[in-house]
Amino acid sequence: MKNKEKKSRRFFTVVALIVTLFHLIPFYILITTSLKASNDFSSKWVLPSSIHIENFMKAWEQASLGNAFINTTIITAGAALLLIVFGSLAAYPLARMNTRLNKFVYFLFIAIMIVPPLTALVPLYKMVVDMGMMNTHEIAILNNMAAFLPLTIFLYAGFIRSTIPKELEEAAKIDGASTLKIFFKVVFPLLKPITATVLIISCVFIWNDYQFAIFFLQDESVQTLTVALASFFGQNQSNLNLVAAAAIMSMLPMTILFLFLQKYFVAGLSSGSVKG
Amino acid sequence: MYLPALVVVSVFIIYPFLNGIRISFTDWNGFSQTKNWVGLEQYKRMFLDPNTWLVVKNTLLYGIGSTIFQNVIGLLYALLLNKSIRLKSLTRTIIYLPVIISPLVMGYIWYFFFAYQGGALNDVLMLFGFEKINALGNPDVNTWIIVFVNTYQFVGIAMIIYLAGLQSISKDYYEAAVNDGASAFQKFKNITLPLLMPAITINVILNIIGGLKLFDVILALTGGGPGNASQSMSTFMYSLYFSRQDAGYAATQGVLMAFITLVFSLLALVYFKRKEVDA
Repeated sequence: MKNKEKKSRRFFTVVALIVTLFHLIPFYILITTSLKASNDFSSKWVLPSSIHIENFMKAWEQASLGNAFINTTIITAGAALLLIVFGSLAAYPLARMNTRLNKFVYFLFIAIMIVPPLTALVPLYKMVVDMGMMNTHEIAILNNMAAFLPLTIFLYAGFIRSTIPKELEEAAKIDGASTLKIFFKVVFPLLKPITATVLIISCVFIWNDYQFAIFFLQDESVQTLTVALASFFGQNQSNLNLVAAAAIMSMLPMTILFLFLQKYFVAGLSSGSVKG
Repeated sequence: MYLPALVVVSVFIIYPFLNGIRISFTDWNGFSQTKNWVGLEQYKRMFLDPNTWLVVKNTLLYGIGSTIFQNVIGLLYALLLNKSIRLKSLTRTIIYLPVIISPLVMGYIWYFFFAYQGGALNDVLMLFGFEKINALGNPDVNTWIIVFVNTYQFVGIAMIIYLAGLQSISKDYYEAAVNDGASAFQKFKNITLPLLMPAITINVILNIIGGLKLFDVILALTGGGPGNASQSMSTFMYSLYFSRQDAGYAATQGVLMAFITLVFSLLALVYFKRKEVDA
């Protein structure tokens, strides 16, 4: 019996190893490509004969990544912050007070979650032009925030329903605290785990946003990393080493954030299925 | 307290969406001040346009194809990583790392793999004496590559949700089944699968919504081409508006896209929710 267990453990470890290696292929190709010289036409599978770190400096300059990093950071931080405040505030009454109106509003948010925001592209674009908000950080923040509010509310409402005890709020109410005060003093601090989840998930997706950015941030001064990368790729089809280097730099911040906060990321992604 | 949130989604999603329905009945070009009411003209045009059906077919392939692959493979990965094996957490991390990378960048990464000139795939094919293939330029193949890349990127989410589901199943069930002499397959079919239904529902819904709105990865890999061969509804709408200044028609396509997404998500939701009750 013991021997059989050992054998099966070894078998499944080998299978997992093969799966892992397969999943690493694109990363291997990306990293080796980024380190090769532009006149190195060796196979993508071959390791670089000499390491060309300067590709990263060149790509940083030529793709104006510095500017794009600042824009992306402003938009991501702004949208994530507003999402947490507006989203948690909205979720609280929707999770707690089951009136008919609240049920309808909750349903409305869920329905919006299903229909892609891009279906309203044409009128949205017209509206943004009319409001004079083209090529501003504000519009990117507002669009991304609107797109992620339904998911945020869904996550907060589920968490409040399943884990926050009502008794605490009732005690505060007896002491005469207003609903808003109860929310910020009593409820919000208890939402920390799900706030962490919302923060990570929304940061990752807003950081990576291309759909809104390509429509509303066409001016070079406000362009985000994805837009900068797309135009850099367009100009450097024959010089993929630089594109690979730029791509690596653009994904580094989220990769680091993710590796540090993995626990919350995984908890958030799985909470939907476990808690219903 | 939900008023601020409601105002934001009303201004940036609900109002534009309703306004889009209005624009879909006009011949607006997206820039001029004049737009003429043309009634159902754009809808007639949409139904007669062979591109519409090609694009709808692609979109459904992306949506349903990715959903099937992500769920089957995600479940297999979860079953594998639920066993006692070495390097478990490292394997998990590597499988869901792509989730955090922008789909646009993911498209470029796989472009390096599938490219005709100097692509990693063709290097292997030539090594074994085969002809180079133009995978991204071949309409029969490139739509499947897009499904593949989307699956590769997001299979980690399905895996995590299935792992969470597996870990919430009590060991007692399996012990009882072993005492009754059940085989591994019987245990899977009669215990694991029914109790995993809530996880299946959430995965299918997430994957369908994600797959039907595929955009960035298509632009990065094929640009929707050759011609319109790999275009999804999102990229088609984008090209109608920005390249062809056909805003009224783009809005009509937007209405169709919203309709299709809603119908398929709701069908999946109702179907899988019903299964949950049975289990």
